[in-house]
Amino acid sequence: MTVSQVSFGSHEPVLDIKDLTVKYIGDTRSTTAVDRVSFSIGTGEVFGLAGESGCGKSTIANSIMRLLKDPAKIAGGSISFGGKDVLAMSPEELRRFRWQDVAMVFQSAMNSLNPVLTIGEQIVDIYTTHAGYSRKESLRRAGELLELVRIDPARLKSYPHQLSGGMRQRAVIAMAVALKPSLLILDEPTTALDVVVQQEIMAQIKELQRELGFSVLFITHDMSLMVELSHRMAVMYGGRIVETAKAQDVYTHPRHPYTQALMGAFPPLTGPRLPLTGLPEGVKFRDIPDLTEAAPGHLVAPFAADPAALSGTSAVQPAPLEGATQ
Amino acid sequence: MSNAILSPSVPPAGLQDPALEIRGLGKTFPIGGLFSRQSVRALHDVDLSIGRGEIVALVGESGSGKSTLARCVARLEKPSKGSILLDGVDVLKRDRFQVSRSYRSQLQMVFQDPFGSLNPAHRIEHFLRRSLAIHHKGGRSEDATQRRLEELMTTVGLQADMLNSYPHELSGGQRQRVAIARALAVEPQVILADEPTSMLDVSVRIGVLNLMRKLRDEQGISMLYITHDLASARYLADRTAVMFAGELVEEGESLDLLANPAHPYTQLLVSAVPDPARAGSYDPIRRAELRQAVLASTHCPFDGDPAQPCSAAEPVRHHVGGPANRHWVRCHLYRPQAGSGGHALATEPVTAPPAKTGQPASNPTEQKTSA
Repeated sequence: MTVSQVSFGSHEPVLDIKDLTVKYIGDTRSTTAVDRVSFSIGTGEVFGLAGESGCGKSTIANSIMRLLKDPAKIAGGSISFGGKDVLAMSPEELRRFRWQDVAMVFQSAMNSLNPVLTIGEQIVDIYTTHAGYSRKESLRRAGELLELVRIDPARLKSYPHQLSGGMRQRAVIAMAVALKPSLLILDEPTTALDVVVQQEIMAQIKELQRELGFSVLFITHDMSLMVELSHRMAVMYGGRIVETAKAQDVYTHPRHPYTQALMGAFPPLTGPRLPLTGLPEGVKFRDIPDLTEAAPGHLVAPFAADPAALSGTSAVQPAPLEGATQ
Repeated sequence: MSNAILSPSVPPAGLQDPALEIRGLGKTFPIGGLFSRQSVRALHDVDLSIGRGEIVALVGESGSGKSTLARCVARLEKPSKGSILLDGVDVLKRDRFQVSRSYRSQLQMVFQDPFGSLNPAHRIEHFLRRSLAIHHKGGRSEDATQRRLEELMTTVGLQADMLNSYPHELSGGQRQRVAIARALAVEPQVILADEPTSMLDVSVRIGVLNLMRKLRDEQGISMLYITHDLASARYLADRTAVMFAGELVEEGESLDLLANPAHPYTQLLVSAVPDPARAGSYDPIRRAELRQAVLASTHCPFDGDPAQPCSAAEPVRHHVGGPANRHWVRCHLYRPQAGSGGHALATEPVTAPPAKTGQPASNPTEQKTSA
């Protein structure tokens, strides 16, 4: 599979994944959760990974961090980070690699804070363990860190339950960037948050990214959010990537029917009210072939061009619904 | 109530005889211990009417009281005050203590979580058959019931042979369709749908919204669609009402409301929706101002207009864009009293310094980092 190296910032990829395959091995049968997935992320680039629950996007994130546990097993492929082979790292190397090189904000991360330690103790812990600073120095840096995400440093003495969901999420993001990693993995960072808070968190991440210049692997099912934030993105289905291109290209010209269905799931806020069609119930894509280049930098998995093959898909001609005044 | 000043509690022409009308609905929840007299005001003075065959969306953040409103209307909670008129009959007066079966056959609810709302021990057929039996809608013969079951399944876009499946054999979208079929089985006039798509996989969400629209178009069912997703509200609903801290702050035709949001809270919500098509991007100063205006408004754009009096003590409704336009906004000066339900804006301290209007707009990064 060829993967476009069009990246923003630098052509030197920070993260390079080739033909990654992850299997969940069961007693009687095993499931391939990630199937020959390849992509790379350039320096300072925001790369989005879209797809619905169960498509394997979180498994990829966990593979990069080497967090997969039995029964999950990396069955093939390679992950290289800044030229180093992640899959061959020793436990000691992994310890340094995690958090210093790659940090991750987990899904519902705001619940991943330790409820019996104050925010300050948890941040200080990062500095004393990974960076070897003194306690006093760590505390000073922890205060700066909270200021970076616009939380009052007085909150260092607060316990997680004393903060709102949005503040906890900010604190978690602050902790993720504490050691200035070169790659930040965001796994559905805003799913549990309200739309106003979500917008503020995303703005915060963008701003931090501009300031600190790290690369981002951004995982979500919200296509609108992804297109707004990412430079390049890939759409996953059933463990395979079905389409990858610049985010704007995917937004304006989604080619794969699955991408089109995902795009259709988010009605626009402007323009006339057009009828949208999602993916009909029961439509499944099987044996998705390797990506081919449909346009420069725009790779799509070939699919059956005949809409009848997608049972129930009717070619609906978009016609404005009633009251299309705007 | 006091918002009779300009309140269109009498529905405007063309909307006589609404299917469901909510008048001055309030709900408080006691908090603290057994002897505590504290209470949280979850709803205050909500007026909302849904015309026949109309879909009204209720939007707002979590904690704004949307679901409490739905639960009060479905009579799963007892409202503290106000009235609910279904077909012109005050149901709170008619069935004072307990909800009647006839009310349930007129109004049904579709819940957020199709994984939790279907008993895993029963086949799909059971849920529909039970609805038909309880409300005597199954017809006289077993044949008629069977036909009705198959008809219901076809209506919601499912195969009739799925009647023999168990819930765990269905996908989330299919389960939500079953939940809708169950509501349809009693032939209701009104369906309350509380975030019916938020638990579904994104690729099938639009299918459920399309189904709801189809039911409205073909069977004339009125719907209250509760959501936090403004884009889907715009897609589905004829009218949209915005709820903030237990009160409605703005209401209008969906397209008009989202194109010309008048209340700062609505503007904040609209500006927060990710929209790749939007030209202008994030402006932190503008957002800080909006936030400030929501929490402590200093002026109302209708201030000084003799036709539309403003008040900081009473909720006044201003008409936006002429009387023909069914779009009103609550006066910005008025704010809900302390003790109203929590909302994200209130619990989240304003960490950014309040935007100074005199600050040069060309320097947003400095304003943000200096916090």
